[in-house]
Amino acid sequence: MTNHWVDIRNANLILSMGGNSAEAHPVGFRWVMEAKYRNNAKLVTVDPRFTRTGAVADFTAEIRTGTDIIFLGGLISHLIETDQIQHEYVRNYTDAALIVREDFGFHDGLFTGFEPVTGTYDKDTWHYEINDEGFARRDDTLQHPRCVYQLMRKHYSRYTLDMVETVCGMPRHKIQRIWDMVAETAVPGQTMTILYALGWTQHSIGSQIIRAAAMVQLLLGNMGMVGGGVNALRGHSNIQGLTDLGLLSNLLPGYMSLAQAEEQDYREYIEKRTREPLLPDEVSYWRHYERFHVSLMKAWFGDAATEANNWCYDWLPKLSEPLYDVLHTFHRMHNGEINGYFCQGFNPLASFPHKAKITESLSKLKYLVVMDPLATETSEFWKNYGEYNPVNPEEIQTEVFSLPTTCFAEEDGAIVNSARWLQWHWAAAPPPGEARPDVEIMAGLFHRLQYMYREEGGAFPDPILNLTWYYRQPAFPGPSELAREYNGWALRDVYDENRNLVCRAGEQLPDFGALRDDGSTSCGCWIFSGSWTEEGNQMARRDNSDPYGIGMTLGWAWAWPVNRRILYNRASARPDGTPWTREKALIWWNGTRWVGADIPDFPKQSPPSAGLGPFIMNQTGRGQLFARDRMAEGPFPEHYEPFESPIGMNPLNPDNPLAKNNPAARVFEEDRENFATFEEFPHAATTYRLTEHFHFWTTHALLNAIMQPEKFVEIGTGLAEELGIERGDRVRVVSKRGHVDAVAVVTKRIRTLQVAGKTVHQVGIPLHWGFKGVAKKAHLTNELTPFVGDANTQTPEFKSFLVRVEKL
Amino acid sequence: MRGDQINLQNIVARSASNAPSPQIRDGGVEEVTKLIDVSRCIGCKACQVACSEWNDLRDEVGECVGVYDNPLDLTPNTWEVMRFNEYEDEQGNLEWLIRKDNCMHCEEPGCLEACPAPGAIVKYANGIVDFNSEHCIGCGYCVAGCPFDIPRISEKDEKAYKCTLCSDRVFHGLEPACVKSCPTGSIMFGTREDMHELAAARTDFLKGRGYEKAGIYDPAGVGGTHVIYVLQHADKPEIYGNLPEDPRISPMVDAWKGVTKPLMSAAVGLAALTGFFHYAIKGPKEEPEDDPDERTATAAVRTDEESASPDSQEGDRP
Repeated sequence: MTNHWVDIRNANLILSMGGNSAEAHPVGFRWVMEAKYRNNAKLVTVDPRFTRTGAVADFTAEIRTGTDIIFLGGLISHLIETDQIQHEYVRNYTDAALIVREDFGFHDGLFTGFEPVTGTYDKDTWHYEINDEGFARRDDTLQHPRCVYQLMRKHYSRYTLDMVETVCGMPRHKIQRIWDMVAETAVPGQTMTILYALGWTQHSIGSQIIRAAAMVQLLLGNMGMVGGGVNALRGHSNIQGLTDLGLLSNLLPGYMSLAQAEEQDYREYIEKRTREPLLPDEVSYWRHYERFHVSLMKAWFGDAATEANNWCYDWLPKLSEPLYDVLHTFHRMHNGEINGYFCQGFNPLASFPHKAKITESLSKLKYLVVMDPLATETSEFWKNYGEYNPVNPEEIQTEVFSLPTTCFAEEDGAIVNSARWLQWHWAAAPPPGEARPDVEIMAGLFHRLQYMYREEGGAFPDPILNLTWYYRQPAFPGPSELAREYNGWALRDVYDENRNLVCRAGEQLPDFGALRDDGSTSCGCWIFSGSWTEEGNQMARRDNSDPYGIGMTLGWAWAWPVNRRILYNRASARPDGTPWTREKALIWWNGTRWVGADIPDFPKQSPPSAGLGPFIMNQTGRGQLFARDRMAEGPFPEHYEPFESPIGMNPLNPDNPLAKNNPAARVFEEDRENFATFEEFPHAATTYRLTEHFHFWTTHALLNAIMQPEKFVEIGTGLAEELGIERGDRVRVVSKRGHVDAVAVVTKRIRTLQVAGKTVHQVGIPLHWGFKGVAKKAHLTNELTPFVGDANTQTPEFKSFLVRVEKL
Repeated sequence: MRGDQINLQNIVARSASNAPSPQIRDGGVEEVTKLIDVSRCIGCKACQVACSEWNDLRDEVGECVGVYDNPLDLTPNTWEVMRFNEYEDEQGNLEWLIRKDNCMHCEEPGCLEACPAPGAIVKYANGIVDFNSEHCIGCGYCVAGCPFDIPRISEKDEKAYKCTLCSDRVFHGLEPACVKSCPTGSIMFGTREDMHELAAARTDFLKGRGYEKAGIYDPAGVGGTHVIYVLQHADKPEIYGNLPEDPRISPMVDAWKGVTKPLMSAAVGLAALTGFFHYAIKGPKEEPEDDPDERTATAAVRTDEESASPDSQEGDRP
C-alpha cells in the first residue's frame, strides 16, 4: 500500500476493483465502513460478480474479467477530455510536461521495438528526449505533441465509451456513473483510494492494470494524499515481508536486484542501478544503491567482503535467464532439468496453474522436501485420492520428506502487513510434536552443508564457508537476532559529511541514512533499517496515540521506510509547501523544515523554493505517467485479451494477431497447445477465495470446514437457465486442462454480459478445497487454470480463462 | 462452558412458576440490547465462529446446497446463522441482504410463556432470556412458543438450546462473543437506551443515503426485543430471510396457559418425573410419553417445524 489501512477512513471515495476487499480482508475492511460513517464516503465496486463487498457498496458494476485496462484507460480519456484533472498537481508533480523521443511510437497494438521471435521489446525508444546537460526536455504548457501528456491523451483517445461498453460488457449508464463519481475527486479537498488485490495481479496484463490505476490517481492528484493512493491488499499475512526481503529469484533484499549473467563487472552492475536524476537536482534516491548493496554484502560475508574483492561480487549468483519464476521452474522440472525441490510453506500442487503439469513435474523429481505445518496436497501428490487425485503411486519414484514446521502463532517475530508495518508478535503456544521453526531447519541444513564443504571440498565452497553466522546458539538463530541483523549495525564509527558522529562502532544503525559504501556498515535489508535501533525493538511499540486525529499512529509498530506511513507525502502539500486543503493536511513546510503528522518523504530541509519533485525514488522526481523502460510491454498500459478470451479477438487491435494477447507475457511454446478457444469452451471463468477459508490451510480446521464445507461454483441465472441447472445441482466445470465437479450456486449476482456483439457468461470458481483436511474432498481448482503469467511479475493468469459448464 | 455462574439474584421471570422473583436488590441493572445493523454486514461469519468457540459448539461438517449459508439453519449446535438473501427491486437493482439470525430475546418471550418446566427458561433483569438446561424436559413447547423459530431440541440430550446472548460474558461485564468478533461494527452491544439512540442515528444515516424506508426492527407484538435490527427496508422485513413482519406469540400458547396451566403443571411435573426414571433406567427418551395432551402438543410442534423448514432452508432466495 502507498497509504495504510487506517487511512482508508480518510477517503471520500473508495474504489474496490481487482479485489473483493470485504471478502478477503474483512478486518481491514472496517476502515471502509469508517470512511462511510465519518466522511460520508461512497464505496464503489467493479467486479465480474456482485460480491460481499458489493453487499455494502453504494454502487456496483459488473465487468468482464481481464478488461480492467479498457475501463481505466477510458476513464483516463474521460478525465482529460472533460478537463477533470488536478491541473496544478499534474503540472508540478508528474512527468506530463516531459518530451518523449521522436522515434517512440505505437502502431497497431504494439509499441516500437518489438521483437516477435523472443517476445520482448528493445526499449531504447521508450525514453525522454535528453538535452545537452543530460536532462529530459520539457514543455510546461503541455502543448508539445510529443510531451507525455499529449501522447497519453492520444493513446487513450481510442478507449471510447463505446469501446469500454463493448469490451467490458458493462452497461453504459454504469460506466458513466462511476466515471463521474471518480472525477469528483479531482478537486484538492476530495480523495479517492483504490483498493486492489489478486483480482488485478493474476492476469497476463496484471502489472499494467495497476499502472493504469496509478495514472488515474496521478491525474486526480490523489497520490501522497491522505485518503488516497493505490493500495495493494496483500494476499498472505506476510507476503509483503516476503517481497521486502527479496525472496524472488531475481531480487536481493530491499528490492535490489541480482545481476544477469552478462553483468560480470561489479562497477557496471552498480552503475546500471545507480539511477542518476533526469531533471536537475532531483533526489533520485536509488543513487545510493551502492551503500545498500555493500552493507548487505558486509552482513552476509563480514570481513571476507572487502573493497579489493568488490565486496564478494563474484560470489553472488548471476542469472542465466532473466528470472527463475515459479512457472519457469516448474517448466524446467517438467523437462527433467531439476531433480530436487525444497518447498517451504508452499503448496504448489494446489496453488499453481495446470495441476496435471505440476503432478507430472513433481513426479520427475528424485526428491521433494516439504516444510509445512500441515500435511499438504503437495506432500501427498503421489498418493491416490480417487477421482480427486487419480495418480498411480507405483509409477512415481519421487522420495518425499516432510519436515513439520511451526505456525506463526508458535514463534516470535515480525509480520509485515499490507501497510508496510512490521508488527512484532510473541509466541502464543508451544509447537506440537516434532515441529520446528523454519529458521532452525534451515540452520541445520546450512551447518550440514558447510561441514560437507569444509571436509570434502566442492566446486565453489567460498560463499558457504564464509557466510556470517553471528547467532549465540548457532543451531537456533533467534528472531530478535535476525531482526537486529536486518536493521544493521556499524562496523566502524560512522560520520556524516561534516565529520559529525552518526553512529559508534557496534551500535545498531538509526536508519538507512547511516549506511555507507566503504564497508563501515552492515545491513541485511536496507528498507528495514530503523526497525531495531539503539532504542530497541521499534516493531514492538504499541502506542496508538494519534495526535492529529487522522489515524496517524506513528508510535504503533514500525513502518518501512523510516516509519513513514504515507509514501510520496510531499505531494500532500502544494508546490509552495502549504497543504492543498486543511482537511487533507499531512505534512507542510514551516519556514525552516518539513513537519506534520507523518515522517516527510522528502529531504527535511529542502525548501519549496528549490522545487524538487515529491516522488524521490524516481529519476524525474515526478510521478511517472510514462513508465519509460520499467515495464515489459510498454510505457503506457494497453489492453490485451486474456490468453483464453471468450470473444477470441482484441476489439482494440482486431487486425494484428501479435497484439491479441500480451506480446511479452510469460508463456512457453509447449503450453500454447493447452490454451482453449471460445468455440469449444465458451464460458469466461475466474477464481477467487472466500472469507470462510484461507487457501488450502483452513480446510484442515473444523470450524472453517463447518462454515463452508463443500466445493461450489457460482453461475448466473442466465447460464443456469440455458443449461437447465438449478441451485444445488452438481455440475462439472471443464477446461482444456482438466475438470472439477462442484455444487452449483445459481445467482443473480453474476449477470450475463453483452461483449462485442456476443453473449458472455462468467463462471466463478472459489479456489478452496482439496483432497486433504476435514472439509469435503474436492478437485483442486487449479486443474483448470492455464500455465501463463504476467510479463513483469510472471504471476499466473488465475483470473481469466475459458471453461465449459456441464450439468451432471 | 466458561464463566458458568450466572447471577440468580437477577432473575425477573421464570417458566411455569408463580413464585415471586428476588426483590431485595435495589435496581441498578440496566436493560441491554444487541444492535444488528444489516446495512453494515458483510456476511463474514466471524460471529458464527466466535459463537461456536465461546460456547464450545461444533456442528457437523455439512454440505453445500447451492447457497452461501452454512450451516444451513440453526441447530442445537449452531445458535446463530447468517441468512444471505438476493433481493431485486422493481427497477432491477440488486441487493445482497445478509442477516444474522439468532434469538431475539423478546421482552415478552413466547418460549418462556410456553415452557411447562419450572425454571427451565428464565429472564434476567437485563432482558436476556436464558435456557437453564438443567431444568429442561425437552418437550419442545418453547419451539412452538417462539415466533422467530429459534430454539432447537438436541437429539443428544433431548434439551432445548439457543443463543444465550452470552449471558455468562455479559454478567462479567463483557460483550457477547459475536459483538466482540464483528469487524465492521455491524453488531453493537450496550444499554437498551444507547442502542436505540445508535440505531436511530444509523437509520438517519441510511435515509440520508437514499434508503427512505430504513428503520429499526423492534417488534411490538412481543413487547419489543433485546436484539434489534437496523434494516435498509424496514417496510419489508420478510425480504431478510423471512423476518416476520408482526411476530406474536401463538394464540395456542395463551390458550394453553390460560385454561390448562394449573392442570398441566401437575401433569408435566409427573411427566418429568416419569421421564427422569425412564432416563435413569433406559437412557434418553425418544418420545414424550404418558400424557396424551403433551403428545398432541408435540405433534403440533413438529408440524410447525416441518412447515417452517422449507422456508428457512431457502437461505439465498430473494
